[in-house]
Amino acid sequence: MSAASITLTHRRPIGERIIERLLFLAAALGVLTTLGIIAVLAFETVEFFLQISPIDFFTGTRWSALIKPQSFGVLALVSGTLLVTAIALVIAVPLGLLAAVLLAEYAGTRFRTIVKPILETIAGVPTIVLGFFGLNFIAPHILRPLLGADNIGVFSALNGGIVVGLLITPLIASISEDAMRAVPRGMREGAFAMGATKFEVVRKVVFPAALSGIMASVILAMSRAIGETMAVVLTVGTKPQFTFDPTESVQTMTAFIVQISIGETAQGSIEFKSLFAVGATLFVMTLALNLLSGWVVRRFRTGYS
Amino acid sequence: MTVEPAEAPPLGGQEGNDAPAIRITALGRERSVEPDARESVIELQDVSCFYGSFRAVRNVDISVAKQRITALIGPSGCGKSTLLRTMNRMNDLVPSYRTEGTILFDGQSLFAPGVDPVAVRRRVGMVFQKPNPFPKSIYDNVAFGPRINGFKGNLDELVEHSLRRAALWDDVKDKLKQSGMALSGGQQQRLCIARTIAVEPEVILMDEPCSALDPRSTLQIEELMAELKQDYTIVIVTHNMQQAARASDTTIFMTMGDDRAGYVVENGETIQIFTNPKHRLTEDYVSGRFG
Amino acid sequence: MTAAAPAARSAPRFEPALMRRKLTGTIFYGACLASIAFLMLALALLLFDVLTRGLPWLDLDFLTHPPSARPARAGVLTSFIGSLEIGVIVGALAFPIGVAAAIYLAEYAADSRLNRLLQTNISNLAGVPSIIYGILGLSVFVRLANLGPTVLAGALTLTLLILPVVIIASIEALRAVPDAQREGAYALGASRWQMVRRSILPAAAPGIMTGIILAMARAIGEAAPLIIIGAFTFVTFVPNPISGQYTVLPIQIFGWAQQPQADFQGISAAAIIVILALMLILNGLAIIVRARLSRHIQW
Repeated sequence: MSAASITLTHRRPIGERIIERLLFLAAALGVLTTLGIIAVLAFETVEFFLQISPIDFFTGTRWSALIKPQSFGVLALVSGTLLVTAIALVIAVPLGLLAAVLLAEYAGTRFRTIVKPILETIAGVPTIVLGFFGLNFIAPHILRPLLGADNIGVFSALNGGIVVGLLITPLIASISEDAMRAVPRGMREGAFAMGATKFEVVRKVVFPAALSGIMASVILAMSRAIGETMAVVLTVGTKPQFTFDPTESVQTMTAFIVQISIGETAQGSIEFKSLFAVGATLFVMTLALNLLSGWVVRRFRTGYS
Repeated sequence: MTVEPAEAPPLGGQEGNDAPAIRITALGRERSVEPDARESVIELQDVSCFYGSFRAVRNVDISVAKQRITALIGPSGCGKSTLLRTMNRMNDLVPSYRTEGTILFDGQSLFAPGVDPVAVRRRVGMVFQKPNPFPKSIYDNVAFGPRINGFKGNLDELVEHSLRRAALWDDVKDKLKQSGMALSGGQQQRLCIARTIAVEPEVILMDEPCSALDPRSTLQIEELMAELKQDYTIVIVTHNMQQAARASDTTIFMTMGDDRAGYVVENGETIQIFTNPKHRLTEDYVSGRFG
Repeated sequence: MTAAAPAARSAPRFEPALMRRKLTGTIFYGACLASIAFLMLALALLLFDVLTRGLPWLDLDFLTHPPSARPARAGVLTSFIGSLEIGVIVGALAFPIGVAAAIYLAEYAADSRLNRLLQTNISNLAGVPSIIYGILGLSVFVRLANLGPTVLAGALTLTLLILPVVIIASIEALRAVPDAQREGAYALGASRWQMVRRSILPAAAPGIMTGIILAMARAIGEAAPLIIIGAFTFVTFVPNPISGQYTVLPIQIFGWAQQPQADFQGISAAAIIVILALMLILNGLAIIVRARLSRHIQW
């Protein structure tokens, strides 16, 4: 009986290599998508800038695309976006951080089974529903009675800010909670052993140690707020203006893009092309924030030995 | 010039009233008579420790003598750490935990209603197995406890004094602003000791403080303990029998019973435990036949 | 190492001020609870408003009729079917591509520079606003590929949108499988693909399936990208998936909410109830799938 010959070396079978190639292509689709986004935005924006001066675009504070006289100063839209975002952060940062501390430090299983689903529900609701809530409940039943129907209209940056703030609270809460949970138990014990109260342990040990993750969560929430569309479209209005008054109706970059798309705007017109320029501005802003958040984590991360 | 307090504040945290006059060993006091060898600072009377319905430690009756080093030895899992952590109510942090029996600290019951664990822990400090300095500067690590506890006085002086007593001052005096986590293992543990003594406890509990350290650092810490016992009472849990034999005055030997609960087998002067143990189990353990 | 000789000096005093510190702690805890209460209240008010507005309009006719200029005769049939069509196509596309990409990144190319680049890229894509994907889809699928404003173009766009999320969730699920499984398979002579297919994928299946179902739920809730692509807000016929005009529930909700009359707000709310019910079903499905599939897994 001859010994079976066992080959110890062999080329990887064709099947394996094909599979690997296919898998690689799937992963590379991501790169294609990014390149596609950049290419589309860049190309169309350049076309737009052939007709409208970039200086006027980036420094002008009057935006009027559909109503003559036309003006394409994007700062009006940017200020609308940032105003809504700022209000949203004012609401979401305290709410989100308090919820995160509760989940990470105080909550037993009883609490978690209540709190986590609430946060996840808010995060999972389609954003149009939140816009509807702002339009039909917050404005007429809360804002206008509280502030006076003369002082605030149906559409306002404040309304949009509240709704977007609710929207991004779960994001801050969950990322910050993870950051706080990552602080080693031994560190808390050391503080307790010296006679610290629970609040002191949280404030002086856990929170500072988790700070990089917490900051990153806020930056990511800001990016999300800037890119939010449907919730602001129903609440903020279509009145682009450069203002910091939260009771005013404004228009965000995202809402403008929607407005142009819905309307009867001809696809080759300059108004339509401005959509891409605004989109490019939006893309750059959110990309910068996302990269910043990653950098913050890497740079300020507390090393636990 | 402030008057030195004559009595320890009651554990409930209210400022002094008619609590019984008890000597406290505050730093800076003139050392007087050798403390009565039988005077105990912590007494456990019929103490059992439970996690939920599981009894981890049963029926312990021991005394911890003042300004002595007491070692708790025994095989793994016999409840030594649990017992230690009861003494500064660290186990309160575990939701299912409860204690039965009486623990007296300086004559007062540790678990009486109205006793606040936060107040207890300032007076009974703890050093842990794995050094756990905060990701803050060395100075801030040591200053953490005093700041929280409302220290009124020269903080710089207190920090230096604590670091000196922990035999760390010379190593770090030029780099107080550096992160505490940048130190070596042995230095980190001494930093943890420094910050523990900065709040001037009366007792220092040590939960296997050297098991994560190299032999040289271990020896340094043992020498440090011998110095520290002049001012503090020390209770140390250790796996290392030679360490217990070298460093402690009193030894308590525990083991795990058939019901998986730990109990105290023998309790006495270290010399006696190691050379002339009364119980068979003790003899087996110290001669290395089990554990 | 000797201690400094203790000078006769006044003993340092501590003023622990326990009452004040505990009070601060209690107030803080109260604030934490208040924040949760506030969020619960907001959610409750939202549901209350939607239900009181929408339930009166929610009947069988509403579910089986297409929209109409008259609120009394309007229904969500076309938008509901549009949402289902989109959801199914997106799921069918995102599943193989997303899982394949995740397998590559988690199992085949681990820790090379290329891998890190690809992963960073995908993380960034996950953070791009959905409306940008709409712009991409408009240029590439609607115009370049000449698909026109159809369900297919919309589904392709949304697939690109949720792909990063699916990939990230799948990578996490794959990474959660202990290395011991991989080593065991290799030790028996399995090739990499065999190991992945027979050993790792089944173990990671619950996490992967959950991720996909949740991503599909997200896609169904999206409106902005589809608006850019040209989905209409008033579609009265059941859309042909490949060539027809179409609309989806979120866009229908949006269209009705834009009309000032209270009746339109009512049917908009009714449509919201429908989509929330759909979300509930999908989330419930994700939980069931996870529970079912993980029954066999014990590390």
